[in-house]
Amino acid sequence: MYNKPLPVPDADTEPFWTGCREGRLLVQCCTACEAKRLPPERFCPHCHSVDSSWQAVSGRGTVYSWIVVRHPVPGDVYGGDVPYVVALIDLAEGVRIASNIIDCDPDAVAADMAVQVTFDPVTETVTLPKFRPV
Amino acid sequence: MWALKDKYAIVGTGYTDYSKNSGTTVLNLATEACLNAANDAGLAPEEIDGLVSFQLNDSVPATSVAAAMGVPAVRYAVDIAGGGNAANLVILSAIAAIEAGLAKNVLCYRAMNGRSGFRLGGGREMQAHGITQFTAPFGWITYPQAMAMWCRRHMIKYGTTTDQLGTIAVTFRDNAALNPRAMQREPITLDDYRAARPIVDPFRMLDICLESDGACAVLVTSAERAKDLRHKPVYVMGGAYGGGANQGDDLFDCLRWADHSENYAAYIAADLWAGAGVGPEDVDVAEIYDCFTYSVVAQLEGLGFCQPGEGPDFVQGGRIARDGALPLNTHGGLLSEAYIHGLNHVVEAVDQLRGDAGPRQIPDAEIALTTAGAMTCGSALVLRR
Ligand SMILES: [Zn+2]
Repeated sequence: MYNKPLPVPDADTEPFWTGCREGRLLVQCCTACEAKRLPPERFCPHCHSVDSSWQAVSGRGTVYSWIVVRHPVPGDVYGGDVPYVVALIDLAEGVRIASNIIDCDPDAVAADMAVQVTFDPVTETVTLPKFRPV
Repeated sequence: MWALKDKYAIVGTGYTDYSKNSGTTVLNLATEACLNAANDAGLAPEEIDGLVSFQLNDSVPATSVAAAMGVPAVRYAVDIAGGGNAANLVILSAIAAIEAGLAKNVLCYRAMNGRSGFRLGGGREMQAHGITQFTAPFGWITYPQAMAMWCRRHMIKYGTTTDQLGTIAVTFRDNAALNPRAMQREPITLDDYRAARPIVDPFRMLDICLESDGACAVLVTSAERAKDLRHKPVYVMGGAYGGGANQGDDLFDCLRWADHSENYAAYIAADLWAGAGVGPEDVDVAEIYDCFTYSVVAQLEGLGFCQPGEGPDFVQGGRIARDGALPLNTHGGLLSEAYIHGLNHVVEAVDQLRGDAGPRQIPDAEIALTTAGAMTCGSALVLRR
């Protein structure tokens, strides 16, 4: 039984999570000014347009910052996972996403390290985008 | 633009014991701190006509504290939804209310059973709504985990080390040793800091603030009314609240923040100093919001005490000790006094400017800075005796 926090998709974010389930990393793109944005939101923060489309991106990026969680909170949920890495990743297409770096020694993570998305189907309905070094 | 220099004053402070288990309700804590602040000022509770607080669904509303105090007529009662960023905003809100004629004598308080009751950032929410859809599912949940990400970015950009942060923890504990209010008074060394349990790299246990039960309060009134009260007034020279673009709605709503090696402080500095009519070089003592050691660095840089990237060196060599050029967190801060969410920094600044800080008194302290906040938004005050 998966016991970690799960995203509850809403009107703005549902396409993103559907994309992950289908193995595609999607970012929102403003129809009016073409600015890309993530996390998804109804109004473009640049031009306030509500018209947007979803674009599949390469899934390639670099590590902007990262942490190594060593003390699990809650302990009964993450006790088996520590140490684990959470990173802010700058995608090649110019938006930033938070995720885990997996398949990597936590002490080997470095700034600007190149990473690639991989999809982790954690439940029947939720797939999380995670990243591994390339 | 702030145009109220020296027109308002803090005339009373009050607080409860700070502990891990108060054994009483948050309402009782708030009421005790507020009554103590009114008594300290020499103002009858009947003269209080406004209350302002801030909370994260972990406290009691201003109106309920007014009722418990027996305030006969409440004319201003506001509960700000906010964390540490609001700890100085409550005072600016009180001033704004008095200036507008809505109230005359306004109490600002923060009250919580933050250790025995509702612990902030505990991470028990298994359904990630809103912005947390993009953070919590990756196990990015607690406050230390949030701030560690900002600290790491500073390390990447400027080469900041944990030993440099350790100086901050050691210095503040040294101050707390002289503070009877402080929850942690046992001095520590840099070796103790290095040996502390790793929590979330780059933070160890001693980089992280306490969790506390307790309350504190400050009483704000006009400079005119302040003249004939019990203590010499502590005047508000200036104040500011704000941050940069993409402040977001939550601790983790920082994904669009442009540069995580800087925080709100860089964005309020110009307004703060211009309004107060003084600069960083004029500050005698500063009580800086220290939810984490690193938070102090980003604020010192943002507020112009040093250049971006210079903060880790700036705090070395005794500069921030009580006998240094810029004494910081003379009460021990959130790291060692208590986590009353930053309002306890204002209480300490008032002690210092009144000359009431006992063995931790900074001689001849005339101008004090208080700050509140660590990430995308925050507030600050310049106070003088
Ligand atoms: Zn647009």
